Amino acid sequence: MFESIRLAPESASTLSGQVDAIYYVSVLISLVFTVIIFFLVVFLSVKYRRRHADQVGVPIHGNNMLEIGWSVLPFIIMLFLFAWGTKVFFSLCRPPAQSTEYYCVGKQWMWKFQHPDGHREINELHVPTGHPIKITMTSEDVIHSLYFPSFRTKCDVLPGRYTSLWFQPTKPGEYHIFCAEYCGTQHSGMVGRVIVQTPREYELWLAGGKTSTMTPVARGEELFTALACVTCHRQDTAVRGPGLAGLFGKRVQLANGGTVLADETYIRESILSPNTKVVAGFQPLMPTFQGQVAEDDLMSLIAYIKTIQPAAGAVPAGAAALRRAGFTTDGTP
Amino acid sequence: MTQTALSPEQHVDYLNDGYGWKSWLFTLDHKRIAMLYLVSVSFFFALGGLFAGLVRLELLTPQGDLFGPDIYNRLFTMHGVIMVFFFLIPAIPAVLGNFLIPLMVGAKDLAFPRINLLSWYIYVVGGLFTLGAMIAGGVDTGWTFYTPFSTNYSNSYVVATGLGVFITGFSSILTGFNFIVTIHRMRVPGLGWFKLPLFVWAHYATSLVMILGTPVIAVTVLLLALERGFGLAIFDPTRGGDPVLFQHLFWFYSHPAVYIMVLPAMGVISELIAAFSRKSIFGYKFVAFASLGIAVVGFVVWGHHMFVSGQSAYASVVFSFLSMFVAVPSAIKIFNWSATLYKGSVAYETPMLYALGFIGLFTIGGLTGVMLATLGIDVHVHDTYFVVAHFHYVMVGGTIMGYMGGLHYWWPKMTGRLYPQFWSRLSAMIVFVGFNLTFFPQFIMGYMGMPRRYHEYPPEFQVLHVMSTAGATILGVGYLLPTIYFIMSLRKPVHAGNNPWNAVGMEWQTTSPPPTHNFVSTPVVTEAYAYAEGGQGVH
Amino acid sequence: MSTEAHPLLAHHFETLDQQRESSTLAMWIFLVTEIMFFGGLFMAYLLYRWKFPLAFHAGSHHLDIRLGAFNTIVLICSSLTMALGVRAAQTGERKKLTGFMVLTLILGFVFLGVKAIEYHDKFAHHLIPGLHFQWDGPGGREVQLFYSLYFAMTGLHALHMIIGAGLILWLLPSCVRGKYTADYYHPIECFGLYWHFVDIVWIFLFPLLYLLGRH
Repeated sequence: MFESIRLAPESASTLSGQVDAIYYVSVLISLVFTVIIFFLVVFLSVKYRRRHADQVGVPIHGNNMLEIGWSVLPFIIMLFLFAWGTKVFFSLCRPPAQSTEYYCVGKQWMWKFQHPDGHREINELHVPTGHPIKITMTSEDVIHSLYFPSFRTKCDVLPGRYTSLWFQPTKPGEYHIFCAEYCGTQHSGMVGRVIVQTPREYELWLAGGKTSTMTPVARGEELFTALACVTCHRQDTAVRGPGLAGLFGKRVQLANGGTVLADETYIRESILSPNTKVVAGFQPLMPTFQGQVAEDDLMSLIAYIKTIQPAAGAVPAGAAALRRAGFTTDGTP
Repeated sequence: MTQTALSPEQHVDYLNDGYGWKSWLFTLDHKRIAMLYLVSVSFFFALGGLFAGLVRLELLTPQGDLFGPDIYNRLFTMHGVIMVFFFLIPAIPAVLGNFLIPLMVGAKDLAFPRINLLSWYIYVVGGLFTLGAMIAGGVDTGWTFYTPFSTNYSNSYVVATGLGVFITGFSSILTGFNFIVTIHRMRVPGLGWFKLPLFVWAHYATSLVMILGTPVIAVTVLLLALERGFGLAIFDPTRGGDPVLFQHLFWFYSHPAVYIMVLPAMGVISELIAAFSRKSIFGYKFVAFASLGIAVVGFVVWGHHMFVSGQSAYASVVFSFLSMFVAVPSAIKIFNWSATLYKGSVAYETPMLYALGFIGLFTIGGLTGVMLATLGIDVHVHDTYFVVAHFHYVMVGGTIMGYMGGLHYWWPKMTGRLYPQFWSRLSAMIVFVGFNLTFFPQFIMGYMGMPRRYHEYPPEFQVLHVMSTAGATILGVGYLLPTIYFIMSLRKPVHAGNNPWNAVGMEWQTTSPPPTHNFVSTPVVTEAYAYAEGGQGVH
Repeated sequence: MSTEAHPLLAHHFETLDQQRESSTLAMWIFLVTEIMFFGGLFMAYLLYRWKFPLAFHAGSHHLDIRLGAFNTIVLICSSLTMALGVRAAQTGERKKLTGFMVLTLILGFVFLGVKAIEYHDKFAHHLIPGLHFQWDGPGGREVQLFYSLYFAMTGLHALHMIIGAGLILWLLPSCVRGKYTADYYHPIECFGLYWHFVDIVWIFLFPLLYLLGRH
């Protein structure tokens, strides 16, 4: 009956061991302190129990050295845990540069995943071992939280912006996916499985998908034309709208004098509410696409925009367009 | 209460100074208002406890077979709302603080008796709003009311419940403000700050948090109601609003609110340890300033509720550091209480059992708090049962242990009656055992990955859930026993005398129950906890 | 301690001084809670202003700066009459006190009247979020945020003005009866603190909502 009680879920990612290590060490520290306190309380209250009805305690008012000691000692231990915890935290929240990007849209009450090659899954996610995987996420409705206990990571999934998490699976198997942020009636039904496979099994699984799939980038390019984005955001000229080549990750000079980092959330905002942050040198002409593009299509559009590079051979024009568009190639305004 | 027989001495005390319902509902006496609060917070505690019991019952099996998800979500939400806003926050300040602070500073009443009564009426009105929402169909947002679920998606009575919380907030503000003025201006001549009991220091720190934090939750809940009720755009992401702003504003109050709950309990524990060791508290000034330190630092740690909500990683680092820092003043208190026992005269009376239990449980609650503030651990255990276990160790293991201990200690002062020693000691031990059995398995479950607020769960968690439910049953018995013997002590009185514990402290210098104006003659000012061989208080 | 208790000394205070000091301290504490109350709103305003400067400029352009400035002057004048009222209470000049309280009340009503005209203008121009909000210029999505905050902030401020006016009406009969003397004037003093606080809130609201971002 009790074999199902374990102290930790399966450790199945490169970082899960690190999280477990700091957890076990802090459990140990806590245990030591708890034992000391319990022992002190029990021992002292038995040793100094009241022996006759009108006995009073010895008037001791304190000891400054002791006070300093038991303030400084916890402080030092705290500094140690803080430093270690922060180091692990930065590993958890900074995906390696070579990560493969997957997409996830949360909605009441399901998880929709998309692989880099366009494969879509609901409440299931197949991933290969041995390679860092970054999941970029957004929500269609309320706040959710994508949680992989076996990878020891989670991140809230918010409507109207993008968040991301990453992991590198190490151990093939099936593990839980949970929604960790309360999201309504079927919150406890917003669960799924992550299926970790060896790279070879994963390739086979991808190849076995029968439905014709389009990669997010290809889908984004299709939408870019279908929604007529291309008529204004042309690569060769930048007259009506700023060119988008090499935009991602740069700082953009705005018409009101400020700058903004061109990340996923900014591009999303520029599609849905184009006149909130107008690029310097342009008029607020663009119509809003709010309500016209679904969340997963938005992700595809952004995936495509991230890939647009300046056309070869058109360097001077491109550079001029870039300058006109208000961003510099070194990323500073 | 009206049938209370006159005590043998036939002296006029606050209980027999008028009998009709008007003498209670229009009373300006802080002691009677405290009794009004005692009745109302006990009602809400029972109600919140009932919801907790139903939640635990549902979680016996992995399938959601007792209630549907809608009912379950309403149950845990109402449990949280009622316990946090209508029991834990008012419990110790409004009952024990209200009764004792004027006695402890040697005053005839709080500075503003009318405002004190008003605060009770506001509390009742807020409670009625929330009860009304509950009867109409309840609320299913969780006690945290996160947007945009609460503003745009929930089909429950969010606005009515929110208004209940909003209104009750004012009762908390008025209580805090009354305490601060009383402690500043109403001390009997000669009673310097460092002669005050630590209970008063703790309530001073609590009051600061009440007056600085509560207005922020008030405006936050108001904005939420305006958005949900009138379509204003404040947190709505489809109109450019930021739902995480709600979380910041919410936790700016609701984290310090944890200190509103636990600081008064710490004040109670200081009194109990001193009284039942017959000794001054070790490191009085350190314990006093630790209360203020916790109150101040408590205001800059709210971001630790948002480590995985998309807040900047650097902000998380700062909040992590500050949150851990709260451990230092908390540790100071724990060590000083333990050291007070050294060479004391320790009596195992019921209140002392609660106090010793508090030290143990709060130690575990505090240490797991440090673990949660550790960024690398929190990412995994955030929003799991680990968090649930942690805050129950602080709120139930801390606040309720302190409240029960205080109630047992001052019950003879408040009513002039004694309760049965055997049953009360037994129930203190039942509470300790039941509590640990309920909540310790939840730490393990949490690290295993069991998310909170789940109606159904994977079967591997069942054993731990069954243990937890079994513990909750024992805990329920532990809370039922005092209810029975406290009521019995009113019906079949065993008179306690004026000072059954032979404790020092200004509240024990008057009769039990005290006369309407508290003191017949001006009380004698001494150092706090002045126990001496053959001295005052020891006969 | 005076040998015979002043008729207005509450039973639980020892002296009138203790009673007055308690009231004044309480009033300051109350104002601290008020600052925290508006503080939450100001934080929301600052965050959104920083995120959406263009929309906030556009939104504030539509506010009537002349009416806002007029109301600012009205409130500053009412602070002056209030201060003179407190002075009159301290010196126990019954008629002057009554006069200044009435003047303060009238100025308060003028402010609320102008505010009502402004609100009506927003209604006529479809600028009430959630009702029938329409905005043709750029940044319409976030202009709603501006107007939501505008109504939340000025609405709560107006509510404080209404409560203040109610308190004047409540205090007036005892002003007329001459209850406030050099010995006992702290109700008027505390009310004055409240009134000045409400004015100061407006002194912050006016530039934040009407002036910032104007060219």
